[in-house]
Amino acid sequence: MKKLSKTTKSNFITYGIVVAALIVGQVWANSGSMSSLLKGLLVPLCAYMILAVSLNLTVGILGELSLGHAGFMCVGAFSSALFSKMTMDSLPEGVRFLIAILIGALVAGIFGILIGIPVLRLRGDYLAIVTLAFGEIIKNVINAIYVGKDANGLHFSLKSVTELNMDPEGTILINGPQGISGTPKDSSFLAGMILLLIALIIILNLINSRAGRAIMSIRDNRIAAESVGINVTKYKMMAFSISAALAGVAGVLYAHNLSSLVASPKNFGYNMSIMILVFVVLGGIGNIRGSMIAAFILTLLPEMLRGLSDYRMLIYAIVLIVMMLFNWSAGGRRFKERVAEKFRGMRKGPAKEAK
Amino acid sequence: MKNKKRWLSLVLAAAMAATALTGCGKSSDDKSDSAGSDSKAEVFKIGGIGPITGDNAIYGKAVQNGIELAVKEINEAGGINGYQVETKFEDDESDPEKAVNAYNTLKDWGMQMLTGTVTSGPCEAVVSETYNDNMFQITPSGTSVNSVQYENAFRMCFSDPAQGTVSAQYIADHNLATKIAVIYNSSDTYSSGIYQNFAAEAKNQGLELVAEEAFTSESNKDFSVQLQKAKDAGAEMVFLPIYYQEASLILAKADEMGFAPLFFGCDGMDGILAMDNFDTSLAEGLMLLTPFSVNATDEATQNFVADFEEAYGGIPNQFAADAYDAVYVIKAAAEQADLTPDMSASDICDAMKTAMTEITYDGLTGKSITWGTDGEPSKEPIAVKIENGDYTIM
Repeated sequence: MKKLSKTTKSNFITYGIVVAALIVGQVWANSGSMSSLLKGLLVPLCAYMILAVSLNLTVGILGELSLGHAGFMCVGAFSSALFSKMTMDSLPEGVRFLIAILIGALVAGIFGILIGIPVLRLRGDYLAIVTLAFGEIIKNVINAIYVGKDANGLHFSLKSVTELNMDPEGTILINGPQGISGTPKDSSFLAGMILLLIALIIILNLINSRAGRAIMSIRDNRIAAESVGINVTKYKMMAFSISAALAGVAGVLYAHNLSSLVASPKNFGYNMSIMILVFVVLGGIGNIRGSMIAAFILTLLPEMLRGLSDYRMLIYAIVLIVMMLFNWSAGGRRFKERVAEKFRGMRKGPAKEAK
Repeated sequence: MKNKKRWLSLVLAAAMAATALTGCGKSSDDKSDSAGSDSKAEVFKIGGIGPITGDNAIYGKAVQNGIELAVKEINEAGGINGYQVETKFEDDESDPEKAVNAYNTLKDWGMQMLTGTVTSGPCEAVVSETYNDNMFQITPSGTSVNSVQYENAFRMCFSDPAQGTVSAQYIADHNLATKIAVIYNSSDTYSSGIYQNFAAEAKNQGLELVAEEAFTSESNKDFSVQLQKAKDAGAEMVFLPIYYQEASLILAKADEMGFAPLFFGCDGMDGILAMDNFDTSLAEGLMLLTPFSVNATDEATQNFVADFEEAYGGIPNQFAADAYDAVYVIKAAAEQADLTPDMSASDICDAMKTAMTEITYDGLTGKSITWGTDGEPSKEPIAVKIENGDYTIM
């Protein structure tokens, strides 16, 4: 045990937390004493934790501020829900969900690459603005898609249901702004936690690998990294697309937990992107475990505060402000470079002291 | 300094944990409460779900008030089958995910019947949960078809197809116009649902749709492009299956452009005259299909409007009326089925499913309303026209 390096130990603590949470959650839920509210929150919690750790890869490790993360989640959710709806009768549940996860990850990853090509040419605030725009574009395009299925095969339109020209017996799979309804409820807490664990293993191993060090060197000094022969585009793209694919997985979990899936500004708009960013910033930019815990607390908090009824949102906002102020007491978070550097400094400080 | 920070972090973490725990504690307290009252079997517990924060808060608030008012009246008059009714309303921010959380919270509280949810998208998510739990659900205002797709769910308002189809039929039957333009909100399920069905029925009725213009919730401030297209296409009537906030902007813009076709709306248009800072003369001649009109002369409506104004200030809209009716429908069905609060939610649901198809209900939003097993109400829509700043029944 002594021989394990500090990072390995820290990684195993993170895995340990997840496994412990999984066991506690399973036992508690099966014992029957868990409230319905908490039971209903188990899967969303997993989805948000995956989103938080995946965005931390882009923001914390790659060092680029992305405000379009909900867009990738949206792509993953819709592609997988469409698949599940089409194969609802032909495939058994477990296999179908497994393929749905792969499809969600793959499609979101491909979108990550496609969007990454133009976006990663930009830096700093410009990149943030363009990712924000792409996130909104994805949401709005999905709101305009109509897909139907009948005896003649698939029909597709960007205008309206009547344009699909379907047989009367055909079913509408994606109904524009009304989204997909009747997605099978395949998500479970166990599946969610396993996916979270896989996401963590991918990200933590990436960080501690040769590629991860290359990515971090780009973050710290792009010119220096380029001068020692690191392929900047390749590594940037790698981090960005992995991050997008994992967000897609979170989208799959989300979509298969609710029977109706609508791309509203609320769940896939920039509000959500910023919410995920809040998880990351609050938990610590570059701190994977921290962002996971922040996602857990901030998802649970508004639901736990339901007892306060009208004051719920007010208290939630105040708690958020207090936590932010506390985390960033020395000053506001103005530009992410400044913030990131400051945080790294703060993190190094206590660690040295502990020795 | 570092030490101080660490202490502060500990204190804050403890505070956080405490909040979280009190949250848990509270919910478990509620649970034991409900278990206690279940065994004593004193009250019916009716839950409500809707947005009371966020963009659609006015609809949720109206429904919440409507439910409260109805429950208060029922309790004063001796309750349902002699048992008092308790109600609790949870916020869903008009988000399917939050709606399921709200539903689970209500389940922890011991809810036996659900009045909700207010908006269509969340309703579709919640209805599959209530179906799994076999919980009786009546939505006051969830208009999409899938909102009541299971046998345990019923609806108080018209569905989207009903509104779209009936509007097209009404326009054709009364020869109001043949060249029609539609301006609808493509990002809203209510609006696009009505539009789809209106477009389909218009074709059957021989109406010509000369312009079909969409906007989204993010671009709902300037309608000059849509109106210009409608004007250029020579529309005699503009069909507006949208809510009144956007409609008021459209009416103002059309007036500015000197474009004066007939305007026709659905139940979302209700409330336009009560809007702040709106010049009601612009709405002159506007026609709308609505199940409820505050100016109706029957006693029930007038009492409801007066009581509502006294309790909450402000004129009730169609959502409040739907919610008020929904609670009374629950009462009527519960009396038909001879329910008692000591029955489990699942038994209540089974009994209610049969009772709902047996009752005939006279209320604010329609007379002699009956329900089929599909959960759809059958009632006549009322078309009203705005004349001299007032709704007149056509």
